[in-house]
Amino acid sequence: MSPADSVKASRHFDQELQELRELLLRMATRSEEQVRDALAAVKRRDAQAAQHSIERDREIDALELDIEERAINLLARRQPMATDLRTLVSTLKISNDLERVGDHAVNIAQCAKRLAEAVPLPNLSELDRMADVSTEMLRDAIAAFIDRDPDLARDVCRRDDQVDRYNDSVFRVMLAEMSRNSNAIVAALQMMLVARNLERIADLATNLGEDVIYIVEAKTVKHHADEIVSDMETEGEYDQ
Amino acid sequence: MPTIRVSADGDAALETRDVRVHYGAAEAIKGITMEIPKKRVVALIGPSGCGKSTLLRCFNRMNDLVPIAKVTGEVLFQGENLYADHVDPVEVRRRIGMVFQKPNPFPKSIYDNVAFGPRLYGRPADLDDIVERSLKQAALWDEVKDRLGHSALGLSGGQQQRLCIARALAVTPEVLLMDEPASALDPIATAKIEELIQQLVEHYTIVIVTHNMQQAARVSHYTAYLYLGELIEYDVTDTIFTAPNERHTEDYVTGRFG
Amino acid sequence: MSGKRRSLEAPPELVARRRRGKVFQALCLAATLVGVVTLVVLLADVLVDGVKWLSPTFFTEFPSRLPARAGIKSALYGTVWLMGLVALISFPIGVAAAVWLEEYAGKGWLRTAIQTNISNLAGVPSIVYGILGLAIFVRWMFALTGGRSVISGALTISLLVLPILIIAGQEAIRAVPNSIREASYGLGATKWQTVRHHVLPNAMPGILTGTILALSRAIGETAPLIMIGALTFIAFVPEGPRDQFTVLSIQVYNWVSRPQDDFRGLAAAAIIVLLALLLSMNALAIWLRNRYRKEW
Repeated sequence: MSPADSVKASRHFDQELQELRELLLRMATRSEEQVRDALAAVKRRDAQAAQHSIERDREIDALELDIEERAINLLARRQPMATDLRTLVSTLKISNDLERVGDHAVNIAQCAKRLAEAVPLPNLSELDRMADVSTEMLRDAIAAFIDRDPDLARDVCRRDDQVDRYNDSVFRVMLAEMSRNSNAIVAALQMMLVARNLERIADLATNLGEDVIYIVEAKTVKHHADEIVSDMETEGEYDQ
Repeated sequence: MPTIRVSADGDAALETRDVRVHYGAAEAIKGITMEIPKKRVVALIGPSGCGKSTLLRCFNRMNDLVPIAKVTGEVLFQGENLYADHVDPVEVRRRIGMVFQKPNPFPKSIYDNVAFGPRLYGRPADLDDIVERSLKQAALWDEVKDRLGHSALGLSGGQQQRLCIARALAVTPEVLLMDEPASALDPIATAKIEELIQQLVEHYTIVIVTHNMQQAARVSHYTAYLYLGELIEYDVTDTIFTAPNERHTEDYVTGRFG
Repeated sequence: MSGKRRSLEAPPELVARRRRGKVFQALCLAATLVGVVTLVVLLADVLVDGVKWLSPTFFTEFPSRLPARAGIKSALYGTVWLMGLVALISFPIGVAAAVWLEEYAGKGWLRTAIQTNISNLAGVPSIVYGILGLAIFVRWMFALTGGRSVISGALTISLLVLPILIIAGQEAIRAVPNSIREASYGLGATKWQTVRHHVLPNAMPGILTGTILALSRAIGETAPLIMIGALTFIAFVPEGPRDQFTVLSIQVYNWVSRPQDDFRGLAAAAIIVLLALLLSMNALAIWLRNRYRKEW
């Protein structure tokens, strides 16, 4: 194609990429809201708010479908290379993970519904802190994606250990509570489930961080961003 | 700017050292140093006028045919400088063959086209075998074996180009230079040529100039990106197209300028 | 309905343009017809006058003062000898010169000088060649040529037609696509191999066309041959290149200047023979050209 044509085409392509990015951002924001609303419903033991939250998960699913379709079309039509290619492939992975964040938020909301009839529990400070860290991780991962900030992304990955530790301690605390007070079993179980879902959300936030690093630096990282599994920039030569 | 270390990937078939080409006063190639590894496909990409064809033609001294062209620097083929005084360009072109952009079969029969090269060096007794072998290597034998005496001009564009490849192979070169070999062909013929390249590279070193980035991505092991006569980046093809080092390269392969 | 214009009908200015085009076309046709009609009239005149003099004796008898016994034997043989020698001399030299100029000469001042001179020579009046031929071939090279012989005539006429041949040859060689040369060089052919196997065979149709042009010009040349001493009234045929000779065009000139009317008829008959020879030469060259073309 002539240089003028390719410039025109790439402007159009840039526009399409930008639209896709905005959709992904909207999906991320919605997912984050879902998690927040579900946790609030748990704290207030508000069954109605929980139900409302569960129904709004449909929006997130619809966004994932739209994003997936657009991304695949762009891959077919534009044959993207380099950063564009990494961005599109990561977009597919990120939208998939965000949809799962939404699903975990739904799980938490369902716990909230069941807690509406259950007894209150005393030792919930660990769970509160765990919720804070997990939601912060998700928020920072999304910020890292918006700002294309690999350092922030790495920071998010490193907090995953903290969340795992909180998960273990909430488990122990609830177990103790259950053995002390058999009436609290239902409530305690729900809290353990909430913790489990928060732990998964933190993992997904870590995935999001790893995807950001891949887009910006072309490095594939695992295990708290310290271990570089592969680096596209210095791929080895061919074997004979 | 990273250069391929071919010691990690076998010997170099060709090596350039600070090669410069002047067309009169204008400098078309501004000092390029690179190695072409043996039995690999190296693609030269870049926008129009970047000098990729000029560089390609340095490898078999075809620039000699242009009166105002002046080549300085060294081009080493198996350790020998192609531009040394004692070197005969005619012998160079026997060892380093070329296929051109627009298929250019001679207005002779298919057989005579392929036989022309070997006949230059005498009357080989096994000419029939040579012709058959070359046409088979070029994946054209089955289509033409019953009409070797027919005019080459009666073939389709894609077949003509494969005939030109067979013709080049008939003199058993070690390196095959291809200057946009598929740009004049339809998509199916192009695909056949690309598949042929992947077969040929088992026996020949191939350097291909292409303005089609996807083609470079499909067929080559290494890709060199040229711009205005300079070598901007030269690396493993996967790297050039997924994570290039230079901003310039990134802009070109993503189509931001071209 | 009346307010709508029918969209594809020709608007007025297009009609006017068309009409102007038709006028131009008619003028071109008229110009062509002028040439064609003149030619037809001349041919008809010649045929009417000469055809009754075309008898077997016309071809076997030598010229005579008596019209009834006059024939073109010596002139015919002389013309054939002359054309044969001109072809043999000018073709190789012309082709070789064209090849050198196009393939080997480069683009320097020497080539430009030679090229300009050849182009100019194509326009030099033929009588000048006659003077040149007289001085060099008849007098200076007397020992070689035998003076006023058919070889002197052939050499003179060859010089005359050489520029035409060279220029036509150059055009034909230039018309061979460069891609063929590149393909040949790319396979490791030398320049000579490329010229021999690709450039010349591909240029041959054009070169032969040039040869047709050259020989057609040569067959009608009269003045230079008179200058170098082709005789007007001979009763023998040339047996070797060093023999004296005459040609049809001179014979025609000779007969036309006689007072008797009969000689004008004989002249017309000789012209018919001349034209027939010309057409056969053309046909031969065309046949050769087609044979080369058919090979690929």
